[in-house]
Amino acid sequence: MRPIRRQALFVFRTLFPESAIKVLTAALLLSVSFPFLQAGEWSGQAALEAFGFSRGGSEPQQENTAFSVFVEPEYYHAWDNDRQSLTVKAFFRYDTQDAERTHVDVRELTWLRAADSWEWRLGVRKVFWGVTESFHLVDIINQTDLVENLDGEEKLGQPMANLAWINDWGTVDLFLLTGFRERTFAGADGRLRGGTVVDSDLAHYASGAEDQRLDAAIRYQHSVAAWDVGVSHFHGTSREPLFTPVARDGAVVLAPYYPVIDQTGLDVQGTFGSWLLKLEGAYRHGFGETDFAAAVAGFEYTFFDVKATGLDIGVLMEFLWDERDAAATHPFADDVFVGTRWALNDTWDTTFLGGVVWDRENAGRFWNLEASRRLSDQLKLSLEMRTFSNTESPDLLHGFHRDDHLRLELGYFW
Amino acid sequence: MTSLLFTLLLFANPIDIDAQAAQRGLEIAQEADRRDTGFGDNVSKMDMILTNRKGKQSTRHMRNRALEQADDGDKLLILFDHPRDVKGTAFLAFTHRVGQDDQWLYLPALKRVKRISSSNKSGPFMGSEFAYEDLTSQEVEKYRYAYEGEETVDGQAAFKVTRFPNDPDSGYTRQIVWYDQAEYRILKIAYYDRKDSLLKTLTYHDYQQYLDKFWRADRWLMVNHQTGKKTELVFHAYAFQTGLGDRDFDQNSLKRAR
Repeated sequence: MRPIRRQALFVFRTLFPESAIKVLTAALLLSVSFPFLQAGEWSGQAALEAFGFSRGGSEPQQENTAFSVFVEPEYYHAWDNDRQSLTVKAFFRYDTQDAERTHVDVRELTWLRAADSWEWRLGVRKVFWGVTESFHLVDIINQTDLVENLDGEEKLGQPMANLAWINDWGTVDLFLLTGFRERTFAGADGRLRGGTVVDSDLAHYASGAEDQRLDAAIRYQHSVAAWDVGVSHFHGTSREPLFTPVARDGAVVLAPYYPVIDQTGLDVQGTFGSWLLKLEGAYRHGFGETDFAAAVAGFEYTFFDVKATGLDIGVLMEFLWDERDAAATHPFADDVFVGTRWALNDTWDTTFLGGVVWDRENAGRFWNLEASRRLSDQLKLSLEMRTFSNTESPDLLHGFHRDDHLRLELGYFW
Repeated sequence: MTSLLFTLLLFANPIDIDAQAAQRGLEIAQEADRRDTGFGDNVSKMDMILTNRKGKQSTRHMRNRALEQADDGDKLLILFDHPRDVKGTAFLAFTHRVGQDDQWLYLPALKRVKRISSSNKSGPFMGSEFAYEDLTSQEVEKYRYAYEGEETVDGQAAFKVTRFPNDPDSGYTRQIVWYDQAEYRILKIAYYDRKDSLLKTLTYHDYQQYLDKFWRADRWLMVNHQTGKKTELVFHAYAFQTGLGDRDFDQNSLKRAR
């Protein structure tokens, strides 16, 4: 099936799985019963993107350059004294090289209703949990839109019903997750895909309900003095797949397998003057043979307004650990991240973030540099450079050893 | 005995004057604070116009919400609308009379609420000539005071008070504040940097009275004497006692504020 058609089908099934259809019909009925046409607000972003790779891929069809464009319009309307709102955010990317990267998604389609002690959200949305910078262990509600960015921070919209119960002693969030999204992977013609292509058509599930399984999550969050603490539990289809190599059309491809897991997470931040102390921990059951724990812990210290120039210089350090060690399904089982964040605090919001994740076992190094600057009220230029050096075969980053690249993005905001 | 009394007088007098100046300065600050007590909550829209040395301008738009607390500093929420790339970003602060403020930032692209350090006092706010400490709530307890006398500012009789920040993170050694004698409104502030040189002057223009009690200036003009840059704040759509409560200033509301 052509990827774009599959994506469209994805979106359709995401929007209209049986379990979510009642919820959305209710939201729609509610929405039309209010005077929407009056005062909705449109905003959004569109961007041109160029990739340049230092070397060719492992296969000849993998080009050294790639261009793409995306558009992300957003509609927002609030009523009932801002106690109710509707948010719709769509996403479409066209990529010249990789058909798998050309995709559409509904990032948000949410009806919100807020009262004094609770907030109710129905529809498709994105939820973020966590505090660390180098790796997000605890964040689990949304599927990663991996073709967008290797950092895993771009997410596919997740259909859900969410009730937040707000108390003096903290906020309890209950999530019913209606319908599962498959992770996106670069295609055979794309870069940043590792040595072996992942074939999403071969996706299979532990649950008999496949991608229609009803998943659930709960989170408690509270801020006391200098501490922000979150405790969460997720039960459902793992957002991260396991892979099995299979032969297809004379080549070996990877088939994603989505098991049913339980994951308990903890995220803590202590804020003391210029120090931010951070910890994320997770314990996962049902993902592979044995249960495992993983953690990221570290700090960020900022020198504010250096020599009264307005420049802020932050120093970041995080330790990444996974009990599975060499058997971990990500490359950061025993690593150290060291980085620096510069903010010029000028008219153009010029920022720079640079760092390296260092594998303590295999000595592989993943360098990441990000910079951005506003060009006008509506234009912004972003630059990203990533290199994978010294990676040896058992290191999962070795799959990217030909993928050192520069990425330039010109974004237009309205 | 006479000489002892004379000695005591000689030493007591300057100390006495200092203590008196401190007391008088504090009283003026307290009176200004007292006159603004009871506002409850307010909302406003703010345009921030940045002008560089060559006269080139750029503009930011934001919306402010403030909630008065009975026994502590105010709670503040700032929503950013313009430039468009920061639209949807929101800033929440719980200011405290004593100790560090609590601050959170909401980043809409990541849907992430980030607790941020409040040690950044002297750094520029949104690339402007206003430092963070110039815009967060000006609690009486955050300074020590010295009364300097009476002066006239733009034809208005004013009290001149020097205030010294208690916070070691402050970018200033001192600020000179001119309050008008009739209403105890701040007319002008001169800021002195860490080297005690005059850095900036802020003047307040077009005061309006709300609910027959609370004065707010429609225009604030900050001039940086060392760089020649200027930032003007223009406030509009002020409303008081709109019914906002603590629930409108928490992390849940930060996530949905638009």
